[in-house]
Amino acid sequence: MVATIPRVAQVWDWLDEVPDPEIPVISLRDLGVIRDVRWEGDILSITITPTYSGCPATSLITLDIHSALADRGVDKVRVMQQLSPAWTTDWLSDKGRARLERYGIAPPGQAGGPDRCPHCGSDKLERISQFGSTPCKAAWRCMGCLEPFDYFKCI
Amino acid sequence: MAQILNRDTALFHFLTRIGDSTLILGHRVSEWCGHSPMLEEDIALANTALDLIGHTRMWLGLAAEVEGKGRSADDLAFLRDSMDFTNLLLVEQPNGDFGQTMMRQLLFDAWHLPYLNALKSFPDPRVAGIAEKATKEVAYHVDRAADLVVRLGDGTHESHTRMQAALDELWPCVGEMFSTDEVDAMLAPDAPKPDRIRDAWDATILPTLARATLAVPATRFTRQGGKTGRHSEHLGHVLAQMQFLQRAYPGATW
Ligand SMILES: [Zn+2]
Repeated sequence: MVATIPRVAQVWDWLDEVPDPEIPVISLRDLGVIRDVRWEGDILSITITPTYSGCPATSLITLDIHSALADRGVDKVRVMQQLSPAWTTDWLSDKGRARLERYGIAPPGQAGGPDRCPHCGSDKLERISQFGSTPCKAAWRCMGCLEPFDYFKCI
Repeated sequence: MAQILNRDTALFHFLTRIGDSTLILGHRVSEWCGHSPMLEEDIALANTALDLIGHTRMWLGLAAEVEGKGRSADDLAFLRDSMDFTNLLLVEQPNGDFGQTMMRQLLFDAWHLPYLNALKSFPDPRVAGIAEKATKEVAYHVDRAADLVVRLGDGTHESHTRMQAALDELWPCVGEMFSTDEVDAMLAPDAPKPDRIRDAWDATILPTLARATLAVPATRFTRQGGKTGRHSEHLGHVLAQMQFLQRAYPGATW
C-alpha cells in the first residue's frame, strides 16, 4: 500500500520503466502508446492505443501496465483502449529512437526509409520487404556492411 | 435479411459486411503461412493476414455492440453459418497460385483503401476511428500487391500467362464491390458513394494493369450475392476449417 496517492507525473515515470513486450529496449512511454494518465477518484485511469490493429502485444501491454503498477502499490487501475487519433511513429520519443538504433533497429526516417545502417552507419541501403518480423517493421539490407536489419516503418 | 431495416440494424449489417470480408480474406491469406514461394513473402502475407484479422476484431466487435444481443466478435466469426456471412464473393475465392492470391489482393485492396478513406468521415466516431486506424495499414497492402502484380504480369511468359488467367477468373467478382442495396440506402448519405469508390479503384487498377502488361477483361458478366449471404461453394470449406474448433468443442478457450 502507498500512503499517499502518487502524482500523475510519477506514474508517467513508472510507465517509462515498463518495457515494450516485443522490443524491450524501449519503454511503453517511449513507444507512444500511452495517451493519457489521470486519476478518477481513487481509480488510476490509463488510456492506451494499439500500434497495429492485429498486434498481439496489445493485450500483453495492458497486463504489463497492471502488474507494474501493482508492484508499486497501485491496485485500482483501469486501462482503456482508444483508436483515434491513430498511433503514429511520430509519437516515438527521441530517447526511444536512439535506443532502437543502438539495438540494431533503424528508427523511422523522414523519407519513409531508414536514414542509415544501424550497424555501420552507411547510407547505401536497399529494401528487402515492406513487411518484417513484426507488423511494425520492414526488412532492409545495408550495402556497406552487407548486414540485414529491421527498420521501424513509418505509419 | 428477413428483419425490417432501421438505422441500427442497417448499421449492424453494414459493419458485418466489412468485418466478414476482412475475416474471410484474412483467413484465406493466412492459409499461405509456411507455404509461400520465399521467406519474405511468407512473412508479408502473414502480416497482411494479421492486419485483416485485427480489423475484423474491431469491425465485428462493433457490429456485436451495435446489435446489443450479447454476442461477441468471436461469436459472430465462429458461430454463424454460411448464409449469415455477408462477405464479398471475391475474398472467398481460392488462393490458387501465388499470382492469383496477389491479384485477388490487389483487386480488393484498391477497393478497401478508398472505402476506408470514405468511412473516416462517417458520423459515428466508432466507425470513423476504426477506418482511420485501418487505412494506415491498408496503404501498405495496396503498395505491395500492386508491386507484385506488375512484377509478375510484366515478368516471364509463364508468369504473365498466369496473371492474365487470374485476372480473367476474378474479374466477374469485381462488380459486387460497387453494388449498393437497402442497407446502404438506410445509411445514406453516410455510406461510401459507389461511384467515388469506383473512380478511386480505377485510378489504382487501370495504370497498374497497364504497367503489368495485362489486358482488362472484356466480359461484363458480374457475380453477386455475397453481401446477402448467397455464396459460392468455397465459403463452406473456409468455414469448415475456420470454425472447426468452436463447433467441435463449444466454448473452448486458451
Ligand atoms: Zn551497414
